[in-house]
Amino acid sequence: MIEVDVSSKAYRQDHDQSELVVLRDIRFSVEPGQFCCIVGPSGCGKTSLLNMISGLDEDFAGSVRIDGGAPSAGPPPGYMFQSSRLMPWLRVRENVDLVTHAADARENVDELLREIGLEDFVDAYPGQLSGGMRRRVALARAIINEPSLLLLDEPFLSLDTPVANRLRRLLIDVCGRRSSTVLFVTHDLREALYLADRILFISSRPGEIVLDHLVDIPRPRIPEGEDIELLRLELLKTNPQLLSGLVENDENSHQG
Amino acid sequence: MKPSIRNWSIPWLRLGSLILFIAIWQLAAVFVDRQILPGPYQVLLSVIDHLDRGELVFHLLATLARVLISFVLAMALGVALGIVMGRNRNWDAALDGVLILALNLPALVTIILCYLWFGLGEFAAILAVAINKFPVVVVNMREGARAVDQDLLQVAKAFRLDWRKCWFQVYLPQLYPYLLASARSGLALVWKIVLVVELLGRSNGIGFQLGIYFQFFDITSILAYSFAFIAVVMAIEYLLITPLDKRLMGWRPGI
Repeated sequence: MIEVDVSSKAYRQDHDQSELVVLRDIRFSVEPGQFCCIVGPSGCGKTSLLNMISGLDEDFAGSVRIDGGAPSAGPPPGYMFQSSRLMPWLRVRENVDLVTHAADARENVDELLREIGLEDFVDAYPGQLSGGMRRRVALARAIINEPSLLLLDEPFLSLDTPVANRLRRLLIDVCGRRSSTVLFVTHDLREALYLADRILFISSRPGEIVLDHLVDIPRPRIPEGEDIELLRLELLKTNPQLLSGLVENDENSHQG
Repeated sequence: MKPSIRNWSIPWLRLGSLILFIAIWQLAAVFVDRQILPGPYQVLLSVIDHLDRGELVFHLLATLARVLISFVLAMALGVALGIVMGRNRNWDAALDGVLILALNLPALVTIILCYLWFGLGEFAAILAVAINKFPVVVVNMREGARAVDQDLLQVAKAFRLDWRKCWFQVYLPQLYPYLLASARSGLALVWKIVLVVELLGRSNGIGFQLGIYFQFFDITSILAYSFAFIAVVMAIEYLLITPLDKRLMGWRPGI
């Protein structure tokens, strides 16, 4: 159970020492095992929110509790950052192995790397991989411990569609197996509708929750399927002003 | 440049430049009095002669011991303080002035003061060398510690890596380039200062011997001693530091 009650999160700006409020009055809780997508335009504080829930950022007004305790007190989450953030001096296998705890994790690492199609690159350095492959390694690192809490920050951004869909299926598999709680940040509404049990829509800065939607499309879902497209159009129609920033971003990303 | 071309041409370039250097030296020696500039062959004979008499090895080892002890001392303390100053603004502010002073202190001043304060002994000699090298290491490592990628440290924090993994697999590898640069420049700097220290206040070592041959105007022996020690330093570079570099930095593309 994740309970977020943040009254505000602000950054001090270097150039004029003024405060930039990125999040305001964010209150929600996530049930164990729920796959929750956080959707909002860029710059709305989604990454800040993940950092607070992961325990990396403790400098904000309000509280985040995980199973009743501070985030840093619980078991470590799996975290996939917006950029892959691999250690360039460690080989692919070592990068994933870095975060494992058990001594016998090595076989699991190799198996997982096979599962995400990197079996031929286990001994490569991140610098020798393409951007998409690095993201896959970062995903492997996030899920190798099958964490009870998984935080993903736009993990499949700028991957080509078949690869992204394959990784999305893998993610659903892994989360189902361990019934992990997932917080998945994206600005791609189609992606969110394919993956999520629930979607939190956040407004542009300062970010506030503008819509909390439970996705009732039965699983298994088909990426870009008809029911997803219908629900997407309905959401955009019923909440045009709330999701306006989002639509703009969504279309930009499809052009690019 | 294609790697295939680079791979075979580099050893030849190295060898070629060495041969060219010796050829120019030999050519110059033909035109100049052999007392002033002995040729490479004469110097080689002199090296063999000094080796034969045993005193070259003795003085070489004395110098080498001083180089290694002061090098290790300066590196260990310099790396530690450099990291502290790179990570902590207060320490940096407090010690920055002293550091600039230490950087600009002439080597000769440190050496003379150490000998005057601590006597003409081994302790003063090694201390003087270490003090000369130390601030350079600090500046280098401080730069490295400042350039550490906070994003990668966040990864370590998010996954709650234990301190050992965090230190050896996330933090320290980011400092390896700075460490290697310090070691390289440090070795060169340290052995030059050691010679001065020996010239001024020790009764063995390459520096001491060079002082004697200076008085006898024996340029052949001066060159013989210099090249003998340069050979040792080059051996350390190629047998120790270069393999270490390859091992630690092998992940960098194109090297």
